[in-house]
Order: sequence, then C-alpha cells, then structure tokens
Amino acid sequence: MTSTIKPRSPEELRQAVEWALNDGTTLDVRGQGSKIALGRPMSCGQVLDLSGLSGIVDYAPEELVVTLRAGTPIGEVEALLAQRNQMLAFEPPDLGPLLGREAGQGTLVGAVMGNLAGPRRLSAGAARDHLLGFSGVNGRGEAFKSGGKVMKNVTGYDLSKLLAGSWGTLAVLDQVSVKVLPAPDQTRTLLLLGLDDAAAVSAMCAAMGSPHEVSGAAHLPGRTALRIEGVAPSVEARLKGLRDLLAGTGAAMEELGTLESRAFWREVRDVAPLGAARDAVVWKISCPPTEGPAIVARLKALRPAAEAFYDWSGGLVWLALPASADADHVAVRGAIGATGGHATLIRAPEAVRAVVPVFHPQPPALAALATRVKESFDPRRLFNPGRMG
Amino acid sequence: MQMPPLDPDILRRRGEIVAALRVIVPGEGVIDDLEGMRPYECDALSAYRQMPLVVVLPETVDQVSAILRYCQDSKVKVVPRGAGTSLSGGSMPVGDAILLGLGKFNRVLEIDYANRVARVQPGVTNLGISKAVEHEGFYYAPDPSSQIACSIGGNVAENSGGVHCLKYGLTTNNLLGIEMVLMTGEVVQLGGKHLDSEGYDLLGVMTGSEGLLGVVTEVTVRLLRKPSTVRAVLLGFPTEAGAAECVAAVIAAGIIPGGMEMMDKEAVKCAEAYVGAGYPMDAEALLIVELDGPQVEVDHLVARVEEIARERGATTVRVSHDEQERVLFWAGRKAAFPAVGQITPDYMCLDGSVPRGRLVEVLAEMREMSKKHRLRVVNVFHAGDGNLHPLILFDANDADELHRAEEFGADILRLCVRVGGVLTGEHGVGIEKRDLMGVQFTEIDLDQQMRLKCAFDPDHLLNPGKVFPQLRRCAELGRVVVHHNKLPFPDIPRF
Ligand SMILES: Cc1cc2nc3c(=O)[nH]c(=O)nc-3n(C[C@H](O)[C@H](O)[C@H](O)COP(=O)(O)OP(=O)(O)OC[C@H]3O[C@@H](n4cnc5c(N)ncnc54)[C@H](O)[C@@H]3O)c2cc1C
Repeated sequence: MTSTIKPRSPEELRQAVEWALNDGTTLDVRGQGSKIALGRPMSCGQVLDLSGLSGIVDYAPEELVVTLRAGTPIGEVEALLAQRNQMLAFEPPDLGPLLGREAGQGTLVGAVMGNLAGPRRLSAGAARDHLLGFSGVNGRGEAFKSGGKVMKNVTGYDLSKLLAGSWGTLAVLDQVSVKVLPAPDQTRTLLLLGLDDAAAVSAMCAAMGSPHEVSGAAHLPGRTALRIEGVAPSVEARLKGLRDLLAGTGAAMEELGTLESRAFWREVRDVAPLGAARDAVVWKISCPPTEGPAIVARLKALRPAAEAFYDWSGGLVWLALPASADADHVAVRGAIGATGGHATLIRAPEAVRAVVPVFHPQPPALAALATRVKESFDPRRLFNPGRMG
Repeated sequence: MQMPPLDPDILRRRGEIVAALRVIVPGEGVIDDLEGMRPYECDALSAYRQMPLVVVLPETVDQVSAILRYCQDSKVKVVPRGAGTSLSGGSMPVGDAILLGLGKFNRVLEIDYANRVARVQPGVTNLGISKAVEHEGFYYAPDPSSQIACSIGGNVAENSGGVHCLKYGLTTNNLLGIEMVLMTGEVVQLGGKHLDSEGYDLLGVMTGSEGLLGVVTEVTVRLLRKPSTVRAVLLGFPTEAGAAECVAAVIAAGIIPGGMEMMDKEAVKCAEAYVGAGYPMDAEALLIVELDGPQVEVDHLVARVEEIARERGATTVRVSHDEQERVLFWAGRKAAFPAVGQITPDYMCLDGSVPRGRLVEVLAEMREMSKKHRLRVVNVFHAGDGNLHPLILFDANDADELHRAEEFGADILRLCVRVGGVLTGEHGVGIEKRDLMGVQFTEIDLDQQMRLKCAFDPDHLLNPGKVFPQLRRCAELGRVVVHHNKLPFPDIPRF
C-alpha cells in the first residue's frame, strides 16, 4: 500500500517535495484522483494529495480573474462563477463517467493540468489560454511562481502554457489564477439532419468561416450541431444567417432552445455521445478539421465496429474501438499520417496503457527537447514518473 | 545600459567567422561593412545602439540550421531579428554576436480557408497576413500598432498584442504552429493546423520567448472571418475615475468589446492638435469603445454602452454612424505616439499591466512621480485589459534627462508590480526591463526560467544579455542539492 501525504499549506507542500527529494522517493500527484486512469500507469513511492489545499483565494468578477488553491473542486469554482453570470470559457469536460467514475468530481487544476477543453475550444481556446499564472513547487523542492493575475503579461517565459497539459509531471501547483468570461444570455443550436461525415465537416467549416460567431460545431451520427450564443436579438439573427448559409446542403434543419442546448453541449463536452461498449478503448484525435472524416474512414475500413463523433468542426475526433491488447495504436496513428495531428489514448485497461504509448510519440529531436524541459523542472523525476512517457 | 563584456577571442576571430558564414550563405547575404550594418544597429528602442559582429541574412531553413550549428560548435552568439521594431531592445545587436535577420523569409506559403489557417514565413509582416486573405473576408486578429512593419516571427517572439486583444487574444491565442531551428541546427515542428500539443506545450513557451530559445522559420496562424459590423463609441469623462468606472461597468455587464482604449487629457490634446479627430477638449479622460459582430448585436451593445457611460457621468457620448466616422474616432488614438513625438524631442514608451481596478490610483501616483522626476508623462492605454502605455517625455541629448527618464520609467514599473500587475504586457523585457526582473520575480523564479533556457540553449548563445539580469551557467543551475539527513516534517498529515 502506498501511503499518502496531505499538505495543508504551500509551505507544507514544499516540505513534502523536499522530503521526497531527500528520501529518493517519487510522488503520485493528485487533486481528487478523478483522472488517475488517464496516462501511463505509474508506481510511485507516495501519493501527494492536494485536496487539503482547497478554496477560492480571490474572485473579482470585473477583473475577469479568479484565484484559487490547487485542490479546489471544479464544481465549487463553476458554482461561484455562475452566481455572477460568468464561466470558465474553455468548458472543461467532466471525463468521470467516460473513465468509469462518478460525474462531478475533479479539481479545476486537474483539468488545467490535462489542458482539457470542451466544444468552445474552437472559439475561446483551451485551458492553456486561460491560465494566467500560478505558484507551486519544482522538483528541487523550491517554491516558485510564474505569470500573474492580469490579462496581458509577457514578463519572462510563459510557463503557464507549459504547465497546462503537463499532467503534473513538471511541478506541483499550490495556487492558480484563471481568466473567466461572461456567460452568454442565450445558447441555441441549429441541427442539420442526415449529413454524412464529409458533408457535415464541410458544413461546419463553412459555418466557422462565416461571420455568425459559431461557438460549437459537432457532428454526431445523423446530426450536425452548430451552437450560437449571446444576447437574444443577435442569436436570432445569426441563426437565420446560418440557415441561409447552409440551405444549399439540402439538410433538414431543427433548432434547440437554451435549456436543451445546454444539455446537448454538455453531453458533447463529456463525450457521452460515444455510446460504446464499456470495454471499448477510446481515442481522442486532434487533426485539421477537414482531415477528420478521412481518418475515421481509414479506421472504419480496418475495424468496422469503430464508432466516432466529431467536435471542433471536425478537428477533434472521439473514437471508440473494440477492446484489443494494443488498442490498435499503430493503426490509429498511421491513419493520421502526414496530415498532422495527434492521438491520445484516453481510455483503456491498465495493462494496455502499460504497453501502448498513451501520448502521441514525438520525433527524436523534439522528444529529446521535451526530456530536457522535464529535467529543467524535475531533474530527479519525482512527479508522476512515466505518466506521459 | 550594461551589456555583457565582449569576448575578445570572438572579436579576434571575426574574419574567420565571416568567411564561415559566406560559405553557408553565398552572395550578398553576409554584410560585414560598417555602412551595410548601420541599418541594424538598433531596434525601436533607439536610445541604445550597438554594431553587430556581422549581419547574416539567410534565405532557407537549411542555411539557418547550418548557421546555428556553426555557432553552437564555435561558441558564437546569435541575435535573431525580424523587422527590428521591438520597443524593449529585444533585437538590439550585441557586439560579439552575429545578427541573424529573417527579412528574406517573406513568403506566404499556404492559405487554407476551409481550416481557417495561414502558413507563412516569419518575415511576412503582421498586416501582410491580413492583406493576403482580406479579399475572402478573413483577417489575422492580433493587430499591434506597428503591424505594417513588424514581422510575424517577431510577433511570435514577443507574443505581441494590439487594441483587439481583449476579445481576440494575443499572438499566443491565435498561433497554431511553428517550425523552428534549435542551436544544434535541429529543425522541429511544434503544432500545425490542428489544435493543442501532443506533449508539453513548447509552442506556448516559444511564444514570448524573445528570441532566446530558438529561431522561428515558419508560422501557422488562425484566420478569423471579419465581423460584419464594427462601430465605435467615443466617450468623454470629467474625471479619470469616471472613465475607469465605466470600463469596469461595461465588463461587469457581460460585454467584451473588441477594443476599449483610454487616453488622458494630455494625450487627447496632442492627438487633437496632430490629426483633428474632433475629440472633446474639456474631458479629463477619453474612452473609445469598439463593438464588433452581427449588426443587431452591435446596435444592442452600443446602446448598452451609451447607457452605462451616461450613468457614470460621461459628458461626451458619440457613436460612429459610418466607417468614416469610426476611423476618425480612432485616428487620434492610432496617431497618439507620433502626436506626442511632435511636442518632445524623445519619449519613452512603457508597457506595464495592472488589475483594472487599480487604474485610477496608478494614474494619480504616476502624476506625483512626474513632479518628482521633473518630466512630463502622457497616458494612452488598453484600458480593457489594464495594459498601460505611459509615455515619458524627455530629451535624449540631455544626459541628465535620459537618466531621469530611465529612473521615472523604473518607478512606474515598480508601481505596476506593487499593485499586483507586471512589468510588461506586450512589448517584452528585452534589455529595457531586464534589470527590473527582480522586482517581479524571486531569484528562484528566475533560476527556474533560466533552467528552461538551458534545455534549449545550454551555452547561452541565443540573444545574450536580454531578459535575465544575470546569467548563471547551466552546469551550476543544473546541480541538484540533496540533504541526506532526513527531515522529519512531523506535522504534515500522512496516512
Ligand atoms: C510604433 C510602434 C508601435 C508598436 N505597437 C505595438 C503594439 O501595439 N503591440 C505590441 O505588442 N507591440 C507593439 N510594438 C512592438 C513591436 O512592433 C513588436 O514587439 C513586434 O512583434 C516586433 O516584431 P519585429 O519583427 O520588429 O521583431 P524584432 O524587433 O526584429 O525582434 C523582436 C524580438 O523577436 C526576436 N525574433 C524576431 N524574429 C525572430 C524569429 N524568426 N525567431 C526567433 N526570434 C525572433 C528577436 O530576437 C527579438 O528578441 C510597437 C512598436 C513600434 C515601433
């Protein structure tokens, strides 16, 4: 049994890391552990539990910034913002159910560490684009900070970008400042019915290239959805504009109102439309939007039971494949080919994740650079060793 | 401004270095005569000048790679340069370093409207990208005031912004990929036409790294469709506090304008004398709020902004009714720097960022400092995101005034940090704010940043003397100190 260490203050956190360094042990760094089934399996000497460092430090709605401790549950942050009609614009998904856990768990910092983002990634960016600054501890047991609490800041290297998406392998954060945005008054959805994948992606790309400010573009089997948000008169006008723009597709159209839309996009965000068998492996593929359908077609030719849906105008493919010992990783990555993009194995049994590269392999020069970057923060590989490897 | 001492060995080897570069870049791509190098002796922080060792203008990625590999092997320093419009000395030459100009990388390589991306070489100007796609109704969003001149490679290196950042983000939020060359000569691709990184977000780190980590040789950016309607509201306030409250109230109402700019009375006076934009001369502070999007939305929001402004005591409220009038509202703001240039021999443009809620107090304190340093200050800034551009007026021919201007500037930036802000919002640290880094960061913070630098450039050959007040050797920074006397930490809960 690995034991757990649970610091209650930034200084205790620093001491815990220093202790691990001196003791030559390694740390499994966790917020609430909701995404522990994502990444390469690790075996660490100790669990470092950040849930004792919780709470909002500062929230100034008119500054569009919230500052909070690393262990703060994401639900608590979202509820606070909602009181002031604001939101996390990057729409962090709740991957709990997909990963076989309950919904509604996880910390905001956990979502940031995975650089997760929902449908609004297209127009508002990912977690990386909203992390303004942080403080934390590096693998030398040193407390350090980067960034700030202001919207515009180019002072020193933008370490926030690097930490977002590092899956806890570079430093342990104790506090973050995150940019927030006003929540839209209305959210509505235009549904196009019956388009095939290729026609759907070209319709979504046309919509994204229109002046109608589409903030979500997803294609589920038989249904292509375009989200329009904002003040009522604007939403009305843009929906009409979209209908006119896409009349040429010949698709039948329907609309979802605000409540239905919110539920619909929440499901897209949380990957619910992938109704795959519980033992299916799940891949997340990021590619140029127009390449999505060809990648899926190649994989369906190989595995007819494959299921897929598209978000980000076609640039994000959620793919479920029948269970296999190697998750078909060579085929999946081969299907992306030279078009550019990457595939991450989001769900697979531990035994599979132990033998398959979960994160997309990099060319040698880049992989070597990434290793040097890792060592510049955590030379003794204390934090989540092997999770991204 | 103190720069690292020149390496006499490199100066002695100049002839040999020039010859080696000529082998890599034949013809006129290597410039080593004084007259030819003169145009490169400074960037837009023109108070500081320095001749480079030699200028090299490669045309291909292979040449860039060969140059960097040569420099790595021969331990020669390199300063990358785009268009030389940096306001922080980022592209200022170093006497014992090669100046590597990217000006010949000036081609638009690919425009992909379906995926809304453009792939260009780093020497293409910022405006050049928008120009290449405007006939299809698209544009590239970040719009620094220098956009006709500055290069997209320079924008990446500085993470440049513009008046529309509040809504559309900085360079980093609009950049999808780069190709870059490391000091070893290795060429790596970060990102592309797809979103997000497969591993560490090195694209994010490269953005704003001020030429210290690698040389960017190709850039892929996101294109946006031009908004169908754009209108501006010109607001005059009897107090700066009124204007600042209006800014906060607009945002609190859930409105994110395309741009929200403020000018103080002095700036209004200069701009009005220079371009005659029709600004209200009785106002203590002027706001320009620009709203863009679908017509109905813009009309709706313009009405909301008018209402909010009146509630906050605006004495002038004018809404642009056509494109000509909108451009006129902006004319004074856009010409503010040259306008200020009319009333002073020199000015220094600062770039601190502060929480919006502290604007008024920062402005008031700046005026006090102005008295103390006996120099005038004019304020033009991106109020929407709290990014200040105080202009300090001085005469560079008067050594004492230059010195006082530097002191005044440093005081303003310390003030920005003290109220919870930062030294630079968009212009970069360069040499200008280098020695103030310790005001914002601890030694440990800076060491961590330098260690990252070591991962890219272990011999500190790229853009030396910039950003970091004191460079420490990578070997020394890399040492790990382990205390084998186990520390008990009895208090921390364990189970
Ligand atoms: C009148 C005026 C107005 C300005 N307005 C704004 C504004 O509104 N917003 C704003 O953000 N900035 C503004 N600037 C500052 C400046 O234009 C920007 O910082 C711009 O991005 C610099 O681009 P450049 O091509 O001139 O870069 P340079 O000055 O040539 O170089 C800047 C830095 O980038 C590095 N670099 C350049 N090219 C490369 C490359 N290919 N690979 C690696 N490193 C490279 C250099 O080493 C240097 O550190 C303004 C400047 C002026 C003179």
